[in-house]
Amino acid sequence: MRTLWRRFKGWFFRQLMRVAMVSIMAVLLFIVITIVIRGVSSLSLDMITQTPKGGYYFGREGGILNAIAGSFYLAAGASLLAFVLSLPVAFYLNVYSRSKRNVRSVRSALDVMWGVPSIIFGAFGFLVMMALGMKVSLLAGIITVTLLITPIMVRAMDEVMRTVPRDLYEAGFSLGATRWEFSVRVLLRKVYPGIITAFLLGFGRAIGDAASVMFTAGFTDHIPNSLLEPAATLPLAIFYQLSSPIPEVRERAYAAAIVLTVIILIISLASRLLGGRLSKHSTTD
Amino acid sequence: MAGFTPKISIRNLNVYYGQAHTLKNITVDIPDNAITAIIGPSGCGKSTLLKSVSRLLEISDDVRISGSVEVDGEDIYAARELTHIRKKMGLLSQRPTALPMSIRANVTFGMRLHKRIRKKRLAQRVEHYLKLASLWDEVKDRLDESASKLSIGQRQRLCLARGLAVQPEIILADEPTSALDPMSSQHIEQIFMNLKSEYAIIHVTHILRQARRLADYVIFMYYGEIIEHGPAEQVLDNPQHERTKEYVKGLIS
Repeated sequence: MRTLWRRFKGWFFRQLMRVAMVSIMAVLLFIVITIVIRGVSSLSLDMITQTPKGGYYFGREGGILNAIAGSFYLAAGASLLAFVLSLPVAFYLNVYSRSKRNVRSVRSALDVMWGVPSIIFGAFGFLVMMALGMKVSLLAGIITVTLLITPIMVRAMDEVMRTVPRDLYEAGFSLGATRWEFSVRVLLRKVYPGIITAFLLGFGRAIGDAASVMFTAGFTDHIPNSLLEPAATLPLAIFYQLSSPIPEVRERAYAAAIVLTVIILIISLASRLLGGRLSKHSTTD
Repeated sequence: MAGFTPKISIRNLNVYYGQAHTLKNITVDIPDNAITAIIGPSGCGKSTLLKSVSRLLEISDDVRISGSVEVDGEDIYAARELTHIRKKMGLLSQRPTALPMSIRANVTFGMRLHKRIRKKRLAQRVEHYLKLASLWDEVKDRLDESASKLSIGQRQRLCLARGLAVQPEIILADEPTSALDPMSSQHIEQIFMNLKSEYAIIHVTHILRQARRLADYVIFMYYGEIIEHGPAEQVLDNPQHERTKEYVKGLIS
């Protein structure tokens, strides 16, 4: 009786896991199929090589190159800026700080920031922008998105650094390395694939976020020529076209969604590939 | 052995990890050009004592340390700058950890931190120290391969070569053979015997027979205290203290 019950439990939970897994895969598939069905008819070479004609809200001609370029500028700028900020923080948390309490509070502050909805960052960025007398621009967008993704990058780097055994620290320090030398020459090498993954994680978040750039980077039909001009972004291109009253323009929104999804897919595949390829110095035991 | 000039003098050393009082009033001298074995049961503070000598305890948080450790007469806990102290010592740990770089770069890492060396000279040094650690023949054709590909026994010898390459005066070994196969262990022991005329070697071990084979001087620890210390023959064959007798006879371990 007892064994039967235990066997039943095993069977039951295995089925439960199977159902959960299948439903997640189904949702992903469903999303992809939806945007492909709706968008593929509008997807053309023009879509990714031209800027919109006749306005982004009503225009049925041209493409979304303005948004693709804007999104790349924005995500690249914000990711680089966030990287420069994140790496030192990750080093501080793992190598420099000797106070457990500090480390714990920084980590939880970052986790809270990670959880803050991006519209809040957008609103905050907007206020800062106003206070500084800046206009809606690529730069304002970059700064806001940097704030949004820095916690993500720091925590992603931090998590890989935490997996490094204390023995490596002792090995480095016992040879006379300073904290800085250890961080840069030993630790960084050890966690290098993870650092790239962290960067791409931030990049992916930056390129996909709409709410934080709505008031800060704005939107435009043109490809920005300077940091002080407004910049279009893919998520907002989807948003504006989807709210258009014209059906063809709404279809274009799904085409833009395909483009964005493909970009994000490439980024996550790249981060997996690079992560595996670069870990040649990781020990096996 | 009595009346030697100490390489390291430890005076009233106390170490606390949070609430735990890990080292209690340690006072001992450690001789130069000899192997000093620190023996005792697991968790009695052997490794802590070893690491306190190179100020590696402070990597962890919540450590409080009082007392003094003098190396060549210099109080290392008064020193503000640590790299010159750590440069005097090579460390071997239980789990040999290769730096994430090539075999060659592992050996040159420490010495290149301390001064610029020409390429040709560097190559000679690599060979010299790998030979000293009797690893040269096994790796001479693959110096630029990642060190993580080495077996654990080879890696321990690489750690030794790497440590020797910064020209230390003291070798700190924290159960260096505990994860190694018998052949590699024998290798390490043999190297220690060859090196002891030029270095002060401190060897933490919980293998009594290993201490008998290697040690010139023995420190017996029990629950954070030094119970007895002295020349190997005396402590191992003719211990004065009850606890030491029990340990040496194998009644406690």
